[in-house]
Amino acid sequence: MNCEDVIHELSDFIDGELDAASKQELESHLKECSDCKLVVNQTKKTIEIFCDSEPVELPSEVRNRLHETLRRKLKQATQ
Amino acid sequence: MFSPRDFLSTPNPHRLASKVAREDEHQLVAAAKSGDVAAFEELVSRYERKIFRLTMNITRNREDAEDAMQDAFLKSYSHLKTFQGDSRFYTWLVRIAANEALMRLRKRRPNQFSLDEPIKGDEDLMPRELQDWGPGPEQRFAQTEMREILSGVIEDLEPDYRTVFVLRDIEELSTEETASSLGISIPAVKSRLLRARLKLREKLNRYFQQGRAN
Repeated sequence: MNCEDVIHELSDFIDGELDAASKQELESHLKECSDCKLVVNQTKKTIEIFCDSEPVELPSEVRNRLHETLRRKLKQATQ
Repeated sequence: MFSPRDFLSTPNPHRLASKVAREDEHQLVAAAKSGDVAAFEELVSRYERKIFRLTMNITRNREDAEDAMQDAFLKSYSHLKTFQGDSRFYTWLVRIAANEALMRLRKRRPNQFSLDEPIKGDEDLMPRELQDWGPGPEQRFAQTEMREILSGVIEDLEPDYRTVFVLRDIEELSTEETASSLGISIPAVKSRLLRARLKLREKLNRYFQQGRAN
């Protein structure tokens, strides 16, 4: 497996969707190639950072409009 | 037993407490299905921030994001009886909200979002920026600054890639659920996700590379 193959398989590797033989080949490549190892680790970190990011607080005016609209529309639906 | 009218007629902007325990989503959904509007409002309150983040991430337009969120909750209420419970309620809600957001995105930028695409060649995939980030690169930034960085880099991403990344990596839908939500093939989801991840890594590299003056 060369560097291009690693990049091509990167997502499946991160998601644990590679078959055992390809996973082993890819891991062997990472032991020898510091550039690919860097890309794999930084891509994992990128996903982790976005995944862990807290949703911003819902602005109160947006929340109020949402609940007012839901109340109005659900009321119409029950009439 | 609360009736919808009890909830709807209350002038109090604060939620009525549903009789159902907050912790149990299944019970809340079952109660909402049987007309307990307070239970539905509990579900709305539980997920409104995350759904707004989703619709903002897809549309990148506050007005569209707000409309998409409202319509997603309304549609989820009116279609609640069709929810079979074979996935989490939140996952089902995400798919509805993603569709609402996508409709608005396509309307606003009809040429920037394709239903499907041939998988591009791999010539543009090889990473160019290869600098060490050091440990915990995100901790070098204040929380608000980090939020702005993440918001900026995701906004820069093409809508096709951004949408797949949001559904797969932030909302944690499966590849199949993402493909079905977007009406694209599984290979297209995988191709877009790989490109999105690589592009985001490269964009974050500009902020995280060691020695960069903040």
